[in-house]
Amino acid sequence: MSSKSDAKQEREIKIVGFLCNWCSYGGADTAGVCRFRQPTDLRIIRIPCTGRIDPLMIVKSLIQGADGVLVSGCHPNDCHYAVGNFYARRRMEVLKRFLPYMGFQSDRFRYTWVSASEGQIWQQVVTDFSETIHRLGPNPGLHQTVDSAPAVSWF
Amino acid sequence: MRIGVFICQCGTNIAGTVDTRAVAKKAMEFPDVVFAVDYMYTCSEPGQKEIQDAISSHRLQGVVVAACSPRMHEPTFRRAVKKAGINPYMFEQANIREHCSWIGTDREANTRKAIDMVRMSVEKLRRNQALFSTQVAVNKRVLVIGGGVAGIQAALDCSDGGLEVVMVEREPSIGGKMAKLDKTFPTIDCSSCILGPKMVDVAQKENIRLYAYSEVEAISGYIGNFKVDIRKKATYVDWNACTGCGECTQKCPSKKAFDHFNEGLGATTAINIPFPQAIPKKARIDSDYCRYLTGGKCRVCEKICPVKAIRFDMKDEIVTEEVGAIIVASGYDLFDARVYGEYGGGRYPDVISAMQYERILSASGPYGGHIRRPSDGREPKEIVFISCVGSRDISVDRPYCSGICCMYIAKQAIMTRDHIPDSNCYVSYMDIRAPGKGYDEFIRRAQEEYGVKYIRGRVGRIYPRGDRLVVQGADTLLGVQVEIEADLVVLATGVECSAGARPLAEKLRISYDQHGFYMESHPKLRPVETNTAGVFLAGVCQGPKDIPASVGQGSAAASKVQALFSRDTIETDPQVAHVNENMCIGCGKCEQVCPFGAIRMKTLRDGSRKSEVLETVCQGCGLCNATCPNKAIQLRHSTDDQILAEINTLFD
Repeated sequence: MSSKSDAKQEREIKIVGFLCNWCSYGGADTAGVCRFRQPTDLRIIRIPCTGRIDPLMIVKSLIQGADGVLVSGCHPNDCHYAVGNFYARRRMEVLKRFLPYMGFQSDRFRYTWVSASEGQIWQQVVTDFSETIHRLGPNPGLHQTVDSAPAVSWF
Repeated sequence: MRIGVFICQCGTNIAGTVDTRAVAKKAMEFPDVVFAVDYMYTCSEPGQKEIQDAISSHRLQGVVVAACSPRMHEPTFRRAVKKAGINPYMFEQANIREHCSWIGTDREANTRKAIDMVRMSVEKLRRNQALFSTQVAVNKRVLVIGGGVAGIQAALDCSDGGLEVVMVEREPSIGGKMAKLDKTFPTIDCSSCILGPKMVDVAQKENIRLYAYSEVEAISGYIGNFKVDIRKKATYVDWNACTGCGECTQKCPSKKAFDHFNEGLGATTAINIPFPQAIPKKARIDSDYCRYLTGGKCRVCEKICPVKAIRFDMKDEIVTEEVGAIIVASGYDLFDARVYGEYGGGRYPDVISAMQYERILSASGPYGGHIRRPSDGREPKEIVFISCVGSRDISVDRPYCSGICCMYIAKQAIMTRDHIPDSNCYVSYMDIRAPGKGYDEFIRRAQEEYGVKYIRGRVGRIYPRGDRLVVQGADTLLGVQVEIEADLVVLATGVECSAGARPLAEKLRISYDQHGFYMESHPKLRPVETNTAGVFLAGVCQGPKDIPASVGQGSAAASKVQALFSRDTIETDPQVAHVNENMCIGCGKCEQVCPFGAIRMKTLRDGSRKSEVLETVCQGCGLCNATCPNKAIQLRHSTDDQILAEINTLFD
């Protein structure tokens, strides 16, 4: 890990955010309206629902060179489409466990639930995740080996 | 494609921390972009004109506006480009204000971010398709679920507007909770005198079809065209024949049936009419208590009925109604006071709920309007009211304020002092919440004019001493312990969601909060709409409220329905899923995953199974798109290609 931190300021960190239109995108808007300062690494893609996200989109982002991927939707039970975020939660959980096998640190991916009124929480989420990614440094890409060996206790 | 990019300065809101000129300059390098400019206020009249002029002078086919949130001005700009002759869906908006200029102070980093965001929008726009709304016909009938005061108001307003109304009520009579009340605060109006005429109106209006003692079984369809299955529960009485004369209730030998209307105080007969003003005024047999239905012998009512309306072989019946909109006014339940063991509700007969006390006060109640104790029929002299029983208490998962209890306690205390002038009334309260018109004055009247003693503090324990009840609690204003020997204790039970609220929400596909109250579309600005198009809310099913607020919401929901029905057709959102039949393998996963039943399977002439999207039902969530193994089903305007293009362009 420490060997990477030397090179970490070489290029700008970029984080891809998938935000559902109804809750988290609105939450990010609320944070903006309230002028809650946030790091500038995040690039938000607006989607109708977290249930719209194919896990492959997250993997694709990491393959392309995203340093982190953040998914955020409505709180469970508050989904605009009733159940979309339940599907999303299952997919994200499975994906999180598989990422190390694909050669990505699972810390580079995070999912969270932020409602349209939770501007302050959104600020915390973005700030915290950005800090995590800056600590990890730039995504070394698929061809680099990941030094953190995945835990396989569930087999 | 020829794309124009418009960067809004939003005064200094954006230009203050983003170099809009640089963003516009950079945008000219993006593929297909033929025109880019920054402008002071793009959403203003001249700003929109600028876009429209550019569309014609540069023959633009698509427009990107980098400005505020699309949740704010997307409809504005879509209208603007439509006026200039291009499809409103050939438009994308980059949110460089809320998501960029307002949240960072580093001008360079912000500018880089804004450039990225514009680039993403351009890449998405390059893959946009022109989309066209479809028109669906509206069935101008409305279903009202629940016949309480909110539902009654909604039904009458719709009926007055000339709409056909179908009303479904779970209980044998409409009227809801309000019909049980003796008086209403703060005017001490007789509740059934003001509600009664409205109930009669519901029965007499020719364009209202009332299904009492019925429940909604299933709902399918979509805005403008819902199909509703209604279960008419067996009453064992042919209501077309029954005249409500009440002969049967006089002669019925089973006289111990639970009296739902009187909250279990006293008993009624197995065949009964719930209360004198019931609408419809028809008899019903309670199958749990009927001697014939439980024991096989009796049939007295059958012999006595002058119109031969008794049908012991009656079964539940399902009827189907077709409607274009639904108003949900399914009401609420009252908190079960037995949860608080220390109060002894349910254990001591003289610890009663406020609704039971309301029935005792009522002239049509079990004691004919004379205040008596349920245990020995004695007139109570010392009466304690305890507020917040099941309200504002996290330990019983009721953190919210029920909003009505402070007021109805004051009313009941005033009524008590009216009935028994030498009685003493005590109210144990946490805070007094009286934020309505004339409400606080009413509380003051209770205290000052009627001498009701208000004690601020919680009651810790109630236990019997002789034939009386000792109420132990605190007076937090004086800082002392209080002990009152009471004849009667009334628990101000709070409001909770109706027991059937959650299953009904599943049928309607609307969401509810953690306490089971239905979620409105927007807590401030869309208080009677739900997120399922064509379904509206009224009354306490949406959250605790008093009668005027419920009536107001009933009227509001009715006006929403009338606005919807003022058109013959409705325009649907074209951002829906679409199946590429060549790629569909007919696995049916999309059908399973769709929360709206918007996908069905069809068989082509060659026998292959394909899925098909009902465009008017689809809400555009994209669950099917993420689930489809072949990516044959794509959510228009949010296709896989578009999302991947946005990702790719970030890392070119």
